[in-house]
Formats: sequence, C-alpha cells, structure tokens
Amino acid sequence: MTSENLVYLIALPLFSSALLMLLGRKADKWGHIFATLISASTFVIGAMEFFAMIDRPEASRAVTQKLFTWISVGTFNVDAGLLLDQLSIAFVLLITGVGTLIHVYSIAYMSHDKDRRRFFAYLNFFIAAMLLLVLGDSYLNLYVGWEGVGLASYLLIGFWNQKPEYATAAKKAFVANRVGDFGLSVAVMIAFANFGAVSFIGIEEKVGGASETALTAMGLMLLLAAVGKSAQFPLQAWLGDAMAGPTPVSALIHAATMVTAGVYLITRSNFIFDNAPTAQLAVVIVGTITLLFGAIIGMAKDDIKKALAASTMSQIGYMIMASGFGPAGYAFAIMHLLTHGFFKAGMFLGAGSVMHGMNDEVNMRRYGGLAKFMPITSITFGLGYLAIIGVPPFAGFYSKDKIIETAFNAGGLQGVLFGSAALLGAVITAFYMTRLMLMTFFGNKRWAQGSEPHESPFLMWAPMAVLAVGSVASGYLLYSGKAIVKWLAPVVDKNQHEHTEFLPPIVVTTLAVVAVIIGVSIAFIKYRGDLSESAPSEVSIFTRVIRRDLLQDDANEFLFMRPGQKLTQLLVKTDESVIDGAVRAVGSSALGSARGMRKLQTGYVRNYALLILIGALVALLAALAVTI
Amino acid sequence: MNLLTSMGLLPLIGAGLIALLPVSNAKLIKQGALLVSVLVAALGITMTIGFDRGVTGFQYVERYSWIPSLGISYQLGIDGISLILILLSVLLVPIVILAGWNESEGGRFSVKTFYVLILVLETMMIGVFAATDLFLFYVFFEAMLVPVYFLIGGYGSGARQAAAVKFLLYSLFGGLLMLASIIGIFVISGNQIGRTFDITALSTLEIDTTTQNFLFLGFFIAFAIKAPLWPLHTWLPDAAKSATPGTSVLLLGVLDKVGTFGMIRYCVELFPEASRTFTPLIITLAVISILYGAFLAIGQKDIKSLIAFTSISHFGFITLGIFAMTTQSNSGATLYMFNHGISTAALFLTAGWMISRRGSSTIADFGGLQRVTPILAWSFFIAGLSSLALPGLSSFVSEFLVLVGTYTRYPVAAVIATFGIILAALYILIPVQKALHGPTTAGNENLPDLNKREIAAIAPVIALIIALGFYPKPALEIINPAAQVTITKAGYSDPQPLVGGDK
Repeated sequence: MTSENLVYLIALPLFSSALLMLLGRKADKWGHIFATLISASTFVIGAMEFFAMIDRPEASRAVTQKLFTWISVGTFNVDAGLLLDQLSIAFVLLITGVGTLIHVYSIAYMSHDKDRRRFFAYLNFFIAAMLLLVLGDSYLNLYVGWEGVGLASYLLIGFWNQKPEYATAAKKAFVANRVGDFGLSVAVMIAFANFGAVSFIGIEEKVGGASETALTAMGLMLLLAAVGKSAQFPLQAWLGDAMAGPTPVSALIHAATMVTAGVYLITRSNFIFDNAPTAQLAVVIVGTITLLFGAIIGMAKDDIKKALAASTMSQIGYMIMASGFGPAGYAFAIMHLLTHGFFKAGMFLGAGSVMHGMNDEVNMRRYGGLAKFMPITSITFGLGYLAIIGVPPFAGFYSKDKIIETAFNAGGLQGVLFGSAALLGAVITAFYMTRLMLMTFFGNKRWAQGSEPHESPFLMWAPMAVLAVGSVASGYLLYSGKAIVKWLAPVVDKNQHEHTEFLPPIVVTTLAVVAVIIGVSIAFIKYRGDLSESAPSEVSIFTRVIRRDLLQDDANEFLFMRPGQKLTQLLVKTDESVIDGAVRAVGSSALGSARGMRKLQTGYVRNYALLILIGALVALLAALAVTI
Repeated sequence: MNLLTSMGLLPLIGAGLIALLPVSNAKLIKQGALLVSVLVAALGITMTIGFDRGVTGFQYVERYSWIPSLGISYQLGIDGISLILILLSVLLVPIVILAGWNESEGGRFSVKTFYVLILVLETMMIGVFAATDLFLFYVFFEAMLVPVYFLIGGYGSGARQAAAVKFLLYSLFGGLLMLASIIGIFVISGNQIGRTFDITALSTLEIDTTTQNFLFLGFFIAFAIKAPLWPLHTWLPDAAKSATPGTSVLLLGVLDKVGTFGMIRYCVELFPEASRTFTPLIITLAVISILYGAFLAIGQKDIKSLIAFTSISHFGFITLGIFAMTTQSNSGATLYMFNHGISTAALFLTAGWMISRRGSSTIADFGGLQRVTPILAWSFFIAGLSSLALPGLSSFVSEFLVLVGTYTRYPVAAVIATFGIILAALYILIPVQKALHGPTTAGNENLPDLNKREIAAIAPVIALIIALGFYPKPALEIINPAAQVTITKAGYSDPQPLVGGDK
C-alpha cells in the first residue's frame, strides 16, 4: 500500500523550521505558536495514519511512499522513500505526541528567553529529522535523519553556547555521535557490498544468502552506531553534559526520543541480528554494562538533571539488552521505550518545573520539602517515579518486568547472569530514584530565604499531567492481551517463535518487586529526615569514583584526547620541519646554483615567466627534433 | 559560433576591454568584470542545458589544425566530467568577484590588473578542462600559472611573495615532469599511429609496461602536486594563507581540480595498465592524505590554513574515489570535485569576511560571533557542515559514493578512510566553537553583519549546497556516463554483490 501523506510528517516541521530561521526577529511574536501548531498537526497526521493502519488486515498494514530517486549510480540506487509500518508508527506517535506536549510546555518555560523563536525553530527541525529517521525506508535515508537529529541535539545542547562549557558539551555530543556514525557508514558499505542494496526490504530479501561473518560485522557496526546515539558504554560520556541544553530538550531529545534511536536501529535491523548471534551477544553485553553503569552513576548525582540523565542511560541499557535477545525481546524493548518515553519525559518536565520555581537551581542539596509548594509537580513527578522503579501497576513495572523475564529466559549461565544484572539494576534504580524524590520533594527546606518556590503555570503543568497519565496507564495498555507483542510481530517476529520459559513469570515478578522494595528501603533509611546543604566530603574512594562518573571522562581523556592532541602537535611540527623542510632544502640548493644566472634577469617574476616559455619552447623543439 | 570557444574567449575579450578603462574608475572596472563573468556563467548554464546526458563521448566538439607538422590541433570538447568542472569554474568566478568586491584594493598592482588577471584566468580554466588535444592542455596547464602567480604575489597578505614563488616552483617542477611524459607519448604516437596529440587517439596506443609506468608517473606527479596529495602538499597551506579569499576559492576550488581531473582524463585513460600497477600505492597515499590533512587541520591556529588542510583531506577522498575504479567511487569523485568547489568557496568567502572585519585570521581572535553577526556565523556554520559532509548537504552524497564504491573493491582502505568523518567533525566544530560560540571576545562587539552584496554572493552557494544534497540527480546524470566510460577504458567492471549477484 502507498500513502501520500507520509511526506508531510517531515515536510511540515522542516518548512516551519526554515521559515522561522529565515524570517528572523520578524517571527518573534508568533513563532512559538506556529511551531507548536505544526507539531500538533504532525501528531494529527500520525494519529490518522494509525487509525487507518488498525483498520487494515495485518498483512497490509505497512504503507510506503516513494518521493524521488535520490542517488543513482550504476547499481547503487537509493530512493527518497518512506516506510510506515507497525514499528515506525509507534515512534511517530511517541515523537509527535510527546513532541507536541513539550512544544506547549516550552511556550511557558522559554517565555523569558529572547531567542525563543530560534528555540522553536530547532525543535521543529528536530521533529522533522527524527521522523525521517524512523520513516526512512533504507539505511541511507535513516542516516540523513540520524545525523539530522544529531545536529538538532548539537544546536539545542549549545542553545546557550555563550557559556563555553555548554558549547563544549554540544561539541562533545556531536563528536561522540560521529564515532557512532562511523559504524553506521561502514554498516551501509557492508550492506551494499553484500546485497547490492541499502533498503530494509532489499536487504531482508537476500539476507539468507550472506555469510555469518558479513552479518556479524554489519551487526557490530550497527551496534556501534546505536552505542553512539543512545549513549551506551563506551560512548556514554556525552549524555550527562548534554543536560546543558534547556530542560524541555532534555525531556524530548535526551530522554524520550533521540537517545532511544539506537534501540530503533537494532530492532529495525532484526533481520541482520537474528542471523548474527555473536553480534546479538555483544548487544546484550553492552546493554547490561550500561544499565548498571548508568544506575551506579545515578546513585551519587546531586544535580537533578544529571541524575535523570544517568537514569536515562541505564533505562536505555535495559532496552538495548532486550533488543539483543532477538524476537523474544524486541517487543519488550519497544514497550519499555514507549513507557520510558512517558515517565522520563514527564519527570524531566517536572525537573524543569522545579528549576522554574527555584531560579534555575539544579542542585538537589538546595531543594527539599517542595511537595508542599509545588503540589502538581510533585504528584506528576511522583507518578513517573512509581513508574520508573517498577511498582505495579504503573507503566514501568510491566515493561521492565518483561525485560528481566526475557533475560532469565535466555537460559543457562548467561540467562542467570543477565537476569541477575537486570534485577540488580532494578534495586539500584529504586534506590537512586527514591533518593531523588526524598531530596527534592521531602525533608528539610534547604533553599535560600526569600525565594519561595512556586508552582508552574498551566501551560507547563498540563503537559506534565498528560504524561503522568501515560506513566500510569501505558504499561498495562501495551501489556494486556500481549498487545504490543502481537502488534509488532509482523515486523520483528515473522516466524512467531515459541519462547521458552526459564523461570515461571510469577517468580520473576516477585523477584522484581522484592528488588524494588530493597532499593526503596535502603534509600529511605539513608535519606529520610534532614540533609545538609552540601554533599558530604569525607566519603569512601568508591563514592568519589562514582561522583566522577566512574572516571568516564578521565578514561576518554587518557585514552583518546591526550594521545590525539599529542599526535596532532607532532604532525604539525613534522609537517613544518621534515616535509616542508625537505622541500625548502631542495629549493634553496636549486636556487643557490641558479643565483649566478640571476644577473641575466631584472626581476624574478619575469624569471619564472621566462621559464614557462622556455619549457614550452623545449617541448616544441623536442617534438621537432623527433619528427625531422 | 562554437560555444566552447566563445565561452573561452569572452572573458579574454572582457579582460581586454577592462584593460582599456581608466585605472581610476575602480567601480566601473568591477562592474564590468562582474558583467562579463555573469555572461560567461549564463553561457555555461546554456551549455549544460544543451548537453546530451544520454550519450558518452565528447560533445560541443571543435577541431582546427594548429601545427599540422606536429599533429597539434586546437581541439575542444567536453564530456560529463569536464562539463561539471567548467560549470563549477564559471559559476564561481562571478561569486568570487561579488564576494570580494574590495579585496583587490591595497595590492601591489592596480585594481584593474586584478580583474584582468581573474578574467584571463577564467579563460585558462575553461581551456584546460575543454582541451582534447594533449599539447593544448599542456599550454593551458602551464599558462594558468602566470595569472595565479600574480594574484597570490600581488594581492595577498603576509609572506605572499614567498608563497607565490613556492607555488610556482612546485608547479613548474610538476609541469616539467609532465612535459617529459608528453614528449614521450608523442614519440610513441609518431611510431604507431602518426603524429597526433588527440587524446582519443592517444588512448589507443600500445605502450610497453616499463615505458607506460614512466610516462604515467610524469603525469601523476604533476597532478598530485596540483591537487596536493601527501607528501607533495606543503605549497598549498602557504598559498591559501597568503592569497586573498577570492583567489583561494579559485585556487582550491577550481585550479586544484585540474590535478584530479588530469588523473582521470590523462593518467587513467591514457595509461590504464600503469594505473593498475600504481593503484595500491596511490590508494595508500590517498588514505594518508585524508587522515593527515584532517589531523593537520585540527592543529591549525589560522583559519585559512585550516581550510587548506581540510582540502588536502578532501583531495585524498577524491583521489581514492578515482583509483578505486568503481562506478560509484568514480562518479562520487567527480561529484566531489564540484561539491568541494562550492563548499570550500563558502568556507573561504565567509572566513574572508570574518578576517576582513576583524583584521586577523587567527581563530582565537574571534569568539561569540553567532550573537554579533548571526548571518555571517550561520553561513560559516553551514559551509562547515558541508565540509564535514553532513547528510542532506551535497558533499555527503559524493563522499558516501566514494566510500561505498571504494569498499566494494578495497574494504580496508574504505574503512580507514571513514575515520576521516570523525576527524572532520573535530576540524569543523573546533573553529566553530572558538569563533562563533562562547562569550564575545573584546573588540568584536560591533562587527557588522553581512551586507546585501555579501548575502547575494553567499546565498546561491548555500542554496546549491542544500539543493544538491537532496537532489543530486541532475549532476549525477551528467557525470555517470562519463565515469562509466573511464571505468571501462581502465579495464575494470564493478564488483558484483556477494549475495545474489551474477558470479
């Protein structure tokens, strides 16, 4: 089936973004409204496509739209083509839905910023690029959206780039993403060399004939791409710094949508990974490391946004892990991605609301007792909190529980290992999130006198309320009757695999709930009651290492940045002294011998003009000599 | 009248007329030069429209006997590759004139001389790409040095004299080697098919392996100096640093392409066997250039040198594409020549405006320009994104074609070359951060943003960068048949996909 409407999903926000940029200050008055309406209209288109899709029989749910031939050279043919299937519609609704809520929120949040119009232009650009990412029908189209969202992220992290450290954070994010893009580039090359195609359908048709080596290589390169975009180990260090961007950006790009693109990429490439078990194992390992890594970092963060960022990293670790389990896990990876989109975006907006009421303070040591002053924020945030730690029946309970179950079901020692890691992650998640809740909304007031916190305006709390509803209900809706599993099966589980059970689901669920109780209890014991305004300084080496983000920046600096700078300096020096030096030496000795003849000439400019002439003459004479 | 000759003669006649104008009337001289270059550009566009995309071989062919006893003729013709490069040249000249309206002032020679030189250079550029007679090509190839020499040495800044001399010496050295090879091939043609410099005829010669290798090297070294390949590159940063931005655009954007153009037209098409012999070496040098140029760019403190080194990296990609010898890599390389021309033009022109406003080309002297001069800052930023080959912009298409085409034959080289995209992010975003972001550096608070003339010069370049990124088809349709011919002449065919291909 084809649909003529898909292109508008991308074209509308792209056009709006360009318009707001080109009009400049002239659009300051209405730019934010316009951009929000455009974003809302993409949601309407998405919803219409969704309902149309439900009405169609399962076999013909996917729709495509070919726009034009983009690149065509020899056998390398890439159309600008779009594909909307059961997988991409889930993302379209998430991106445009959460995206629109965040547009609304930003109208109020950014109302004091004189560059609000530019902010909305960037947001619309992001929506366009992100939709292209999930709608592209080939790896190369996806790539355009992939780097497009990277650019949007760069621009938005650096929105206040007059602060040097914010500008650095933006650059760091882009470069880390480029390392991932290296992987995506090579993956496309492998695809073309092996299959002569780069479209998803073109590759899937031929995948059976490929060698496992090629598929493993391609899988690992796709994993590298996902690792860069989704802030997974070892390319995770940029995400914490990315919190330099305005908080609505952290909610939309660095929590709900862009950073989860790696999960989309792996799920979309299921036909590669399902035939490359080694690459799949690598995916699971990366996810497992990151889910623990992020959770551990989150334990010691006092900056509310950075604590949430660490949590995002960890939660995406869960999704990546699940996607590494193949057809048994894809649906749950996407399910957790969707529920996480609700509760994490909601909590980020909540954090923004707190900052809004607290003069942009981000240090939780300076918060405390805010529940009384910001009732709506604390309730919506609290619902997100219950969802993320996995309290039944909130959203995160269903999605995380299923991932833990799938991990155990991997079987054998591996299953026990990954399952236990996922459970341990759940304990730590419950710990750091309870800590965050207690430090922010409960306990003693630790803010400066005279700055009474206040609740945020309607335009800000309304989106938070909507997301809170999602945090409560989305999990059950996706879970009940295996809704999401059945919905996605035509894309990610065509053969309807029978999935074996290692532990009875009720056992896993009990374990997961126990994990939550343990985590909450430890945090409660440690952080109930009054806290001091500054972090304790007499702490163990472990705490200090965790506070330094498990030395992630130190490691990057030691392994890459310093050697890279040394190499650059060395090459610059060598270029001047050795390579150019050799040239100069040859040149000056040649000129030295020519100095005697110099007298014959009046100026060196003519010297060289003459040389050219002599050259041409020599050519003619030589040619003549040969012919005569 | 013949279109190619008319197009080539028009700037020369224009130069002659401008030479008659009084030196004092700088404005009239500039307007005259702009008018001439716009007319030439219009002819170039007409020629592109009339070009038959479906056929291979030379079009707009002209042939007049020149020195019959030596088989030398005045012979012109274009295929897709030469068309795209001529188009690039004639589009860039008016933009350069418009963008650098005042850069001719304060040189060693008069404003008038500057525009005469530019227009004479335009004639040479058209000639060098349109020549289908080897001797005629050589004449243009060498004669081109004269206006460039005076443009660098007469109107640049800093150590412009030294830079001009260095440029000239390098070029002459390469030119002499090429001359030796030309004489060699002439002798062989005299023995085999009768004296001729016609390149189509020359490509049918049977040359023994050793001779072919030597002749090939003569050409190749000349071209590897022109489109500098590591380690023959050290003249370029000096020249680019000293020359005016406009001259740098023509130098890096167009003249250096004579090198990569020559590699296709002369090295590969005349000496296919030798090309194959030297391919491993050349691919190695190309990959080194990509990474080396990028590292050196990262380490530069001067914005013009930085752009020059990014170009060395880009020339590495072009050379890699040419010698990987697949349809994709070869088409990609030719498209890359065009795209590099426009994106380097955008970079140099915007950097030039920054430099002339601030009176310094040191990156550290800038800062916070995004808030002081937003249009200038955005133009520089978009030019930078094009240089780092952001998907959606034109250079991505060409760079990716080169890489994907190279991978099918030389996967290791392609993967190593791909590291260049990470370094590219660094060499663009570091100067972007230093010059455009951060707090506004003292002394920069009141810099004026782009005026209408400057916007008029940069807007079409940026529009082209975006348009060809989304819709490269018109350019690829011109290039593809010619690239296919090159591959076939070199005796190659594309590797088949490993799965489901015809084995």
